[in-house]
Amino acid sequence: MAKRTLALTLGIALAVAGLVAAFEPIRGHAETSGGGALKGAADFASIADAKARSKAIFAEASRVLTHPRCINCHPATRSPTQGEDMHPHVPLMIAADSSMGPAGLACSTCHGAENRAIVGSRLKSIPGNAHWQLAPESMAWQGLSVGEICQQVKDTERNGNRSHADLIKHMGEDHLVGWAWHPGEGRSAPPGSQAEFAALIAAWVETGAECPD
Amino acid sequence: MERGAALGADGRMPYNLTVNGKSYAVDVDGDIPLLWVLRDTIGLTGTKFGCGIAMCGACTVHVDGLPVRSCILSVSEAAEKPVTTIEAIGDTPEGRKIQQAWLDIDVVQCGYCQSGQIMSATALLAANAKPSDDDIDAVMAGNICRCGTYPRIRAAIKLAAQG
Repeated sequence: MAKRTLALTLGIALAVAGLVAAFEPIRGHAETSGGGALKGAADFASIADAKARSKAIFAEASRVLTHPRCINCHPATRSPTQGEDMHPHVPLMIAADSSMGPAGLACSTCHGAENRAIVGSRLKSIPGNAHWQLAPESMAWQGLSVGEICQQVKDTERNGNRSHADLIKHMGEDHLVGWAWHPGEGRSAPPGSQAEFAALIAAWVETGAECPD
Repeated sequence: MERGAALGADGRMPYNLTVNGKSYAVDVDGDIPLLWVLRDTIGLTGTKFGCGIAMCGACTVHVDGLPVRSCILSVSEAAEKPVTTIEAIGDTPEGRKIQQAWLDIDVVQCGYCQSGQIMSATALLAANAKPSDDDIDAVMAGNICRCGTYPRIRAAIKLAAQG
């Protein structure tokens, strides 16, 4: 009996370990789902040290930045990824100089100004936005730590020469950024809303725009 | 052969399409894909249905001179814009060169995907008169051929670029 119990326990442990190992590569760097609602700046008020509070606020905001809806188009290479598991884009696409695809196969060949519903397919919709394009090479986020993404975000040499005020405006008002919360059927959205996200970025700036270690 | 009603003077139909230089008034729902209007309403069947999710390129047509996947483009998005299909791509300089190269190299095997291949290849040549192998691969990656005619497609595009 003891042997059977031990074998069963060992079997379950191995199965759990196997599942964790199997899903780890899929979760990858940017997995954020299941993390609950996006916290607001007030949730960090108990952190007395402003520097530490700023870092914690950015870490929370990074749950949006590293969500697949955002980071799929901030790839480490100049080819986008797609889906919740961030697999290589199908068909294989390159940014080209325009960041909007090569001449002859622009992003707009498939991606319209709005999400397009698909009927009768496992793929529920083709995502779309009038400004659909890859982020510039300097804004590649995939593979970076949250601290490294933070450094990039506030570096005017790499962020499109955006000031802190510009960053708050960009995160809060940009139409393509806002698409992430309206990604079309079949895709998850990042936590919170664009307004809540922008408020976090504003709070991060107000507390010194410190980056996590 | 073309079954769509030519645009009348009264223009009563809800969507006005300009396909291959001709005007058509089509009485269809706005969210129906352009592909089905071309094939079933207007009767231009050269454009093929492949996957229906913009993954294979068989349904490629040009709208405003740029390639689009007509299986996911709603007719309302194409209205009032010039649409070119495989039936008329030979009227363009690049399309004529591409089609001749296709014949010279005998690219086609079963042929089902080839109208989409030719539409994409023509768009490539119109945007890039002397494409490299990498340029060709980058653009033609969106068109799948289950017969595997890719080497002949690439050779034909390069031949057309010489013409």
